[in-house]
Amino acid sequence: MEPFKLIRVHDNQAAIRTALMAGSRFIAGGTNLIDLMKLHIETPKQVVDINKLPFSGIEELPDGGLRIGALVKNSDLAYHPVVIKKYPVLSEALLSGASPQLRNMASVGGNLMQRTRCPYFYNTDFACNKRNPGSGCAALTGYNRMNAVLGTSDHCIATHPSDMCVALAALDATIHVQGTKGSRLIPFGEFHRLPGQTPHVEHSLLPGELITHVDIPGMSYSYRSHYLKVRDRASYEFALTSAAVLLDIRGGRIQKADIALGGVGTKPWRAVPAEKVLNGASADLQTYRAAAEAALSQAKSYKDNAYKIELAKRTLVRALTTAAAIS
Amino acid sequence: MADNPNHPEENDEPKAGTTRRGFLSQLTFAGAGLTLAPLLGAASTKGSEPVLAAAAAAEITTVSLTINGKKHLLSLDSRMTLLDVLREKLSLPGTKKGCDHGQCGACTVLVDGRRINSCLMLAGMCAGLEVTSIEGLANRDQLHPMQHAFLKHDGFQCGYCTPGQICSAIGLVKEGHAHTDAEIKELMSGNICRCGAYQNIVAAIKEVQNA
Repeated sequence: MEPFKLIRVHDNQAAIRTALMAGSRFIAGGTNLIDLMKLHIETPKQVVDINKLPFSGIEELPDGGLRIGALVKNSDLAYHPVVIKKYPVLSEALLSGASPQLRNMASVGGNLMQRTRCPYFYNTDFACNKRNPGSGCAALTGYNRMNAVLGTSDHCIATHPSDMCVALAALDATIHVQGTKGSRLIPFGEFHRLPGQTPHVEHSLLPGELITHVDIPGMSYSYRSHYLKVRDRASYEFALTSAAVLLDIRGGRIQKADIALGGVGTKPWRAVPAEKVLNGASADLQTYRAAAEAALSQAKSYKDNAYKIELAKRTLVRALTTAAAIS
Repeated sequence: MADNPNHPEENDEPKAGTTRRGFLSQLTFAGAGLTLAPLLGAASTKGSEPVLAAAAAAEITTVSLTINGKKHLLSLDSRMTLLDVLREKLSLPGTKKGCDHGQCGACTVLVDGRRINSCLMLAGMCAGLEVTSIEGLANRDQLHPMQHAFLKHDGFQCGYCTPGQICSAIGLVKEGHAHTDAEIKELMSGNICRCGAYQNIVAAIKEVQNA
């Protein structure tokens, strides 16, 4: 690690002020940032410890939704009784990520800010437009079995690694942030950015802005939801493909479906074309297969990852079948 | 337990005027000297400052925390992880450094009763926290039930991952989410054992759960 000043802050304004200094990074759980600092990929001058800020609560909202503090640990959120009962997709997604130790450390805000695990981003011997803008993308012509098939560009094909974010994308979460000009809301779909020509710009936060909490709306049908993750080993591994699904089924017909995919996109991937197929259709295997075809219709594969397109389709069909069977 | 060959740390008693750890640390200093000598020599011939001075100066932070029931006020390089502080500053080498990137679980300790990877936790962020490492589990000569169970069920071979496995297993039992063998395996997946003692570790955990 490069030397840095560790600054502990006790109020939001101090946090935001300190974060505006050049080379500042907030730290909560640190499970991603410290790792990247050890590899000299992140080299902050100031590390701003925000763990004393008052964002560790989970509260139910009047509309039936849930407000989750940015500092809530992944494990506390996953095992929260309301999350288990009303939002199983979120609990399952959290518990499919990392290990129990890491989930005890990692925060919700940090998970939103988690950076890609693309091996060419992690290995500083290779070109990477995220790590070193303009240097090129070694993954494009490298061993890209783990890389994305949706939302890629000629500058970056790195996947977004989070499971939690895939569930939050399907749940239409809203991210609350505070900055020098006050508070604002960012719809989940607008928080993470597509790589385009600027893969190093990964999110929509302004300088100094602090994530304070995440809201998920109340939904009458969110109990009928599921997260399915497919990976190279049974546990403690990033997704090859994953699917977060919520289904509102009445009388055998899908009133509304909320679908997001993981492991395949350069950001947590809301599968709108799949939702269009599902909404109003009969809840059966034929519909699910058509939805899966639609979800991956824009996919583009590279040398080693064509398998992901078929795997993602089957993952989505299985997730929909499982969710539909929940009563 | 003192003569158990599976516990390398137990072999640290002085033998013929030296210890394994003391010997290793001397080797480390000797190795560093060999590496640095040419650099320092080159610097001194130019009459400039030693080459190593070009590296940015360390930032010092102070922190007060409790480790195995004992309070410590420490002045540290802000880069030090909790793992490094335990091993290098407080001479508590029971907690092991495996991958140093949160992937193997060898560094698992309990912080305020919860299992975490000490390699990914800055020590400077542990102000006011209570840390329990493998050295803090036994009550004098009375081993913690999980330590007993690991011995009884042979939950290790080389022993390197064992301190992390035991701390992780204690965390798992306290969390209370593992009710079947499959759930124990899933919730112990953050601890890798290259000797493959997994079945015996599951047996040890079940014994403690059912006690």
